[in-house]
Amino acid sequence: MAAAAAAGPGLACSAGRAPWRFLSADEARTLAAICDQIIPPDEHPGAAWAGVVNYIDRQLCGPFRHLRDSYRTGLAAVDQSSRALYGMTFAVLDETMQLDLLRLMEQGRAPSEAWQQNSSADFFALLVDHTMQGFYGDPRHGGNRDRISWKMLGTPYPPIRGRLHYDVNKPT
Amino acid sequence: MALKHVNAVVVGAGAGGGIVAKQLATAGLTVVLVERGKWYTAFDCRKDDLRNQRTTVLGNSFGPAEDRNPRVFVDEQGHEHLLKPSDGAYSNNAACVGGGTASYGAMAWRYMEKDFRMRSTYGTIAGSTLDDWPISYADLEPYYEKAEWEIGVSGDDANNIFRSPRRRPLPMPPLPPNREYEILKPAAQRLGLHPFDIPMLRNSVPYNGRAACMRCRWCVGFACEVDAKNGTQNTVIPTALATGNCELRTECIVKEILTDSRGRAKGVAYFDAQSRLQEQTADLVVVSGSAIESARLLLNSRSRLFPTGLGNRSDWVGRNLQGHAYTGAVGLFDFEVYDDLGPGAGIAICDFNHGNHGLNGEGLISGGMLANEFIRLPYQFVGWRAPGVPRWGRAHKEYMRQFYRRSIGVMGPVQELPMFDSRVDVDPKVKDYWGIPVVRLSGHRHPNDQVVGKFLASKAEAWLKEAGATTTWAFLPGTGLSGGQHQAGTCRMGDDPQTSVVDKYCRVHDVDNLYVVDGSVHVTNGGFNPALTIMAIAYYASDQLVKSWKGTHGAS
Repeated sequence: MAAAAAAGPGLACSAGRAPWRFLSADEARTLAAICDQIIPPDEHPGAAWAGVVNYIDRQLCGPFRHLRDSYRTGLAAVDQSSRALYGMTFAVLDETMQLDLLRLMEQGRAPSEAWQQNSSADFFALLVDHTMQGFYGDPRHGGNRDRISWKMLGTPYPPIRGRLHYDVNKPT
Repeated sequence: MALKHVNAVVVGAGAGGGIVAKQLATAGLTVVLVERGKWYTAFDCRKDDLRNQRTTVLGNSFGPAEDRNPRVFVDEQGHEHLLKPSDGAYSNNAACVGGGTASYGAMAWRYMEKDFRMRSTYGTIAGSTLDDWPISYADLEPYYEKAEWEIGVSGDDANNIFRSPRRRPLPMPPLPPNREYEILKPAAQRLGLHPFDIPMLRNSVPYNGRAACMRCRWCVGFACEVDAKNGTQNTVIPTALATGNCELRTECIVKEILTDSRGRAKGVAYFDAQSRLQEQTADLVVVSGSAIESARLLLNSRSRLFPTGLGNRSDWVGRNLQGHAYTGAVGLFDFEVYDDLGPGAGIAICDFNHGNHGLNGEGLISGGMLANEFIRLPYQFVGWRAPGVPRWGRAHKEYMRQFYRRSIGVMGPVQELPMFDSRVDVDPKVKDYWGIPVVRLSGHRHPNDQVVGKFLASKAEAWLKEAGATTTWAFLPGTGLSGGQHQAGTCRMGDDPQTSVVDKYCRVHDVDNLYVVDGSVHVTNGGFNPALTIMAIAYYASDQLVKSWKGTHGAS
């Protein structure tokens, strides 16, 4: 009965046993691989480790709700482009191939049959912006695990001096 | 049941309306202050780096509600866009008690004498409606002083040799300098410039019963959690309420100004917090909704006598929308320059507000002040990319790591040339949640704003280089419509009803009990943040209102 009740419009944000709220496991894998090229691991962890996929998935059930179609069709198009060029999904490509495909997307030159519904350049710009938000934004939004980017930038915590925002209690 | 008749209804509890309400209430008039937003506390305005008044990627935190308040924006190619308040082109100002003053950076600028005489100074400019104000700096000087002392300003402009004369110093000393200030000040002096401590509507010492600034850098875009930043929400509005003569009604959306058969204003119709339509009658109506919403309200107040809206017989309501063409530069250093000490901005120069000359010695029209920047949260720095740094990937990450704490931004507001076709209109089709026609924005900047923007940016680069920057690059203004939080100009003040909307006392030309008191009345918008000027005009207009008040007209 609970399953039947959940089968309404709210389903996408309470996806049962799946680890994500909106994304499928395959979509999340592709997204993590893209994020890790936008902010790659070096002496500091990259975007995937920092939880950028969690950030985006959470916002897709909130302020980014209107971008769900862009993500659903966009991530599918990334894998479709990847198969067309290399015969494999994006997440399993080596770094050179991944970077080549992302640069094609950035320039709007990704294989066109995969990008009938949206522009690869627009989708890539969206991914760059959201990845930056998830990596450099406050951990309370679901990314920046362990405040890793703020540690990397040498930013004290809280990032600007002042009281922690959640130390402020609502007046009663 | 009809609401009790009052002497004055003031629409909008921001920089202008808050002051008018207080001045009228303390003079003994009964006032209803109507505000479309809420009264926020520090709890409501948590220091959220992705959701605040400046960074709205996760929404807009000081109102209006995202889903109830669309606007139509017509871009330079003529394409229409339906926008939410968090979209940049929406030109949002805050919708809350205090208006923009709850979340502003709080720079407290007096405009310069020439800012009130732009046409006399620069002549008639093709393509622009540039004109002189009908009042002078001297007319406003006592009211600037009143705003500085009553709302509360710290700073020290004694070293600003370009400042307009003042009778009284600022009530509070400046905050001690941060590292950027220490680096920029001697550099400016070596260049022969005249740096000084920016006047700020911020307590540097305890003032007005509230604490001093705690030096966090979360100023612009946020509400101050220790209430050391001074806006109308923590000064004049509480004073107005304490008189017992003023009632504040929040979350009330004014639909139109009502007029009687003789063409006088008789009150407003508004939707209350439960979306019920109410009528508040009053002897006086004061519109203080900021330049975009004030114009919308006048345009939406149509009747048989006023078929194109109130004050709009000459088609000037909503025209000349101005903001500021922000320009400046960023410099990268090979040592740490950032010390997290708020409010961040602290040092400015006014050497380039007027009297500027281009590369070939040609005289330039207008200018602006330059100051170091306020807050720089990590996500905001993502876009501060030096030339050649890619948007993403390994090199971008390395750039962030190297330069987040080794960079300074110097920015300034170019005084724009007003444009008749840069305008606020009401859309013929789109309506908001309450069924009220929404704002339709269209137009673009005058080409001069780019010329002056480039000039000012080159001065910012030179200043940063002298301070030791190894790399600098310019931020130049776009060509598109201006507005935003510095929005002004849409109900121009003037002596001639053919070319203005209100008279020199902010009274609408053809409705003798209707006033507009906010940035709308600015003829030109100065090369400065406009808040203190809006406040000064509010004190000035209120003085005249109280002086001419002869008691209730025609009420039972």
